[in-house]
Amino acid sequence: MASTTPYDIVVIGGGHNGLVCATLLARRGRSVLLLEAESAVGGAAATREFAPGFRVSSCAHLVHLMPARLIEELALERHGLEWASQALPTSTLVPAEAPVPGGGALPNGTALPIEPESLGADRAAYESYAAQLQRFARALAPVLGRVPPRLGTREWADIAGLARLGWGIRRLGRSDMRELLRIGGMNVYDLLEEHFTSSALKGALAFDAVLGTNFGPRSPGTVLTLLYRLAAGSAAGPRGLAQPRGGVGALSEALARAAAAAGVVIRTRAPVAEVMVENDRAAGVVLESGERIAARGVVSNADPKTTFLQLLGARHLDTGFVRRVKHLRARGLAAKLHLALDRAPALAGASGRLAGGRMLLAPSLEYLERAFNHAKYGEYSKAPALEITVPTLNDPGLAPPGQHVLSAVVQYVPYELKGGWEGERERLTGLCIDTLERFAPGLAASIVGAELLTPPDIEREFRISGGHWHHAELAFDQFYMVRPVPGAAQHRTPLPGLYLCGAGCHPGGGVMGTAGRNAALEILGSTTA
Amino acid sequence: MSDAGGRGERLDALIVGAGHNGLIAACYLARAGLKVQVLERNPFIGGAAVSRRLYRDFTYSNCSYVCSLLRPEIMRALELPRFGLQIIPYEGGCTFMQGGGHLALYDNHDALRREIARHSVRDAEAYDRYARDVMRQCKFIKPLLMREPPDPTSFKPRDLKELLYLGQRFHRLGEERMYDTLRFWTMSAADFLDEYFESEIVKAHFAGSSIIGTALGPRSPGTAYVLLHHYMGDIDDTVGAWGFARGGMGAVTQALGRSLEASGGSIRTDAPVAQLKVRSGRTTGVVLEGGEEIDAPVVLSNLDVRRTFLKIVDAKDLPADFVERVRQFKIRGSSGKLNIALDGLPRFPAIPPGSPCTRGDMHVTDTVEMMERAYDDWKEGRWSRAPYIDMLIPTQIDPTMTPDGKHYMSVFVQYCPYRLAEGEWNAERRQGFGNTVIDTIARHSPNFKDLILHAEVRTPWDIENEVGLTEGNIFQGELTMDQLLFNRPVPGFAQYRAPVRGLYMCGSSTHPGGGVMGAPGANAARAVLKDLRRLPEAVS
Repeated sequence: MASTTPYDIVVIGGGHNGLVCATLLARRGRSVLLLEAESAVGGAAATREFAPGFRVSSCAHLVHLMPARLIEELALERHGLEWASQALPTSTLVPAEAPVPGGGALPNGTALPIEPESLGADRAAYESYAAQLQRFARALAPVLGRVPPRLGTREWADIAGLARLGWGIRRLGRSDMRELLRIGGMNVYDLLEEHFTSSALKGALAFDAVLGTNFGPRSPGTVLTLLYRLAAGSAAGPRGLAQPRGGVGALSEALARAAAAAGVVIRTRAPVAEVMVENDRAAGVVLESGERIAARGVVSNADPKTTFLQLLGARHLDTGFVRRVKHLRARGLAAKLHLALDRAPALAGASGRLAGGRMLLAPSLEYLERAFNHAKYGEYSKAPALEITVPTLNDPGLAPPGQHVLSAVVQYVPYELKGGWEGERERLTGLCIDTLERFAPGLAASIVGAELLTPPDIEREFRISGGHWHHAELAFDQFYMVRPVPGAAQHRTPLPGLYLCGAGCHPGGGVMGTAGRNAALEILGSTTA
Repeated sequence: MSDAGGRGERLDALIVGAGHNGLIAACYLARAGLKVQVLERNPFIGGAAVSRRLYRDFTYSNCSYVCSLLRPEIMRALELPRFGLQIIPYEGGCTFMQGGGHLALYDNHDALRREIARHSVRDAEAYDRYARDVMRQCKFIKPLLMREPPDPTSFKPRDLKELLYLGQRFHRLGEERMYDTLRFWTMSAADFLDEYFESEIVKAHFAGSSIIGTALGPRSPGTAYVLLHHYMGDIDDTVGAWGFARGGMGAVTQALGRSLEASGGSIRTDAPVAQLKVRSGRTTGVVLEGGEEIDAPVVLSNLDVRRTFLKIVDAKDLPADFVERVRQFKIRGSSGKLNIALDGLPRFPAIPPGSPCTRGDMHVTDTVEMMERAYDDWKEGRWSRAPYIDMLIPTQIDPTMTPDGKHYMSVFVQYCPYRLAEGEWNAERRQGFGNTVIDTIARHSPNFKDLILHAEVRTPWDIENEVGLTEGNIFQGELTMDQLLFNRPVPGFAQYRAPVRGLYMCGSSTHPGGGVMGAPGANAARAVLKDLRRLPEAVS
């Protein structure tokens, strides 16, 4: 059953970036078909039932980087997006035996809010540190919303883009500019050691620099990843850490409605086998069923390795480019832990606002670095680093009445485990539960269901090669103008008519939607789509 | 060493510290007609580029041990061969494998390819591409070494001009190469090597130079640059080749001393500087420990930036935020050294007899993981249980350093912390560190221990106390992105001039960093001369 009139655009993959891209293209009058392999769109921005009656955001569990502007532009709230909670606080779990700045340590550990009033002697330093980083974030934020310029370009638009970047930094003023140039290449460990004394505070602040990366706090480049997170947060607007009602999947559902309202045709259970190439250009796609669908342009929401090596095929690309794609580092280093609980956990005795917020287990820089050490060698640490939420405290509908879900990112879990993952999932799950039990005695006994998604599981579940939710590591040499690889950093690929719109592009992943939006703008600006 | 510039003779410039950079700066200034004097705390000159007779009639290069990075333009300008410096290129080198095998390096290209192919045919193919790509990066960077870094926050014409020059050079690489260069400057050595090679031994061998003197592991971003730093030398126009200074590294600084004296400069040893004299924001000279004052309108400090600004310059004479930045400048000790007198040449059964590769540098780390784990130990405040070592027996081609038939082995070790987690360095712990290294070597040489006549074990603490390098860091400061170019040593002060008028920095804490290169000293001298042309009354 072949389509007769070619679509203007076929989007491969209904992840949030694909949906955003499709919607914006359709609104500008393009005929768009979006093909999703699974039975529902959303990709890794999904809500799944992991135990009978218990649902969880199965990958990303908080939304804080999607620009408010984009949410408005797509009218997502009109299409059903509701917030169960916004501006969630972050606290860090301080073990019972460790000191709490400002005092007041509790026997089961203390949940220390990362807020000036709680930081004791580090308060003043924190306020000036946070203010300065915010200034840097604001100066860098515009970079995220624009397609990276090309080096060596003669295009006026690109040169203007580079000049704007330089000018934005220059406008910080001499002292700030010098500091930004100084710390830009640094590691977050050294930066935090310069400013603070409290181990608990340093560990917590470092965690935001390494979460979702393949770095430890001592790795050069972690100030960059921190600034990236802060810049994206600044560009997103004042909403802060937010939880959609119904889990992150509800965001994807709203995106799907917005897409449909704009005229995008969405087909699920339609996995794409390959991109059709005719006369050295993309001419559509072939589904796994054999169905051929013609299109004037093809946009891939899939990760770059899948796109180039699987959907397109090395034979359509030159060897140098293929080598670059093969060398793209895209192995996930984080796992996801889901616990179904028959009662509310009380981690470190936290209640109310803090309990419903984000809690970090990263009690010191050394704790994080040691956990990272293990991951370098294909091991996981017996002292895992966790980012924890209990989403049912804000959104009871995710579980049966009175029962709860705990959703945690376990950082530093390698894709390839020495000795293989067979039998190890249970061991790691048990380790995490034991770790949590120390802060919430009785938690283990309240567990009625558990699931651990390792990077290979994430790869399989969400069809991301390598299981990395950013589609490719966030690192200096895989960033901005060279993300994912030189020659494909402006959403275009070496094959005319084939584009990229996913997290493997600038500005990376994290349920942002900016990559999808920038891809649409790039395609609309081009004369060939 | 002669004593001059005393009563009656007015000095134009003083140089604090007779390390190689200070001597080089002094030579250039003397040749430009200035009356200069170098003040050295120790009874010997050379800093860390010295040959010391510490055991009977054995000469040790007891800190720096090979020559490659010394800029050829400096060697020529200061006529160092005329003053006795002879560099003998050496061939080869190897890495021993845990299982008893080895990877040898040869100067002959075909021999090298065959050797790599013995471990991996694919890697032998990739080697040429690797060498070409690294060389390309070297060629791009080389001209930048002898230039003052621009201040990107300034609108001064000289800075804008330099930024434009750098931008144009970069742009001229073409788009593809620009991306390569950007990535190269930010990647880890391990990731960079992964893009070429598959066999662990080949990767481990090349990764070694990415961690020398550095408190980073091969998997840390930024180490591909450090690898490059060690490639950048010229010996007989073979970029990346290394050589021995005949008579040990002290021959370099001895030749510099003679060159200086021939140009009319003078050196005073046993002359430790206690304080810089400052009046109205300008330096007027120095005060020695003991009270003697020596006047000069220009002072260059070869000390690292912390020793300069936190020890010999009064804080009240410096801007507060400058002092803060100096405190933040990272100078971390991560290297140890053993200098060993041997009763004969050790046997290395893994190497076929007669092979030239024992005459080069020998290593025992055969996987990147082993190297990275050695770094993990340092992070925990321990010396590496399985350290990376770079060992050399220069007496095989330079017989002048020891009695006939006897040998000297230099062993450079990563990693060794300046401060141990368990407490201060003491004799017992130093011995423990030494034993770890000796045991490591002995595993590859069954008669090694029997041949040891004397072993000098030097921790970063020892190196600091003897030659004045803070924490024994051989580069006078980490070579990380945040401490290079316009950030080195302090943003806004990366052009050799200190916040005190007339005071300059000429040591490795400045661009382009350390190793026995000499570029900082030469660049600092140039800065002094540029500034003096605006002050004609100070030129003699």
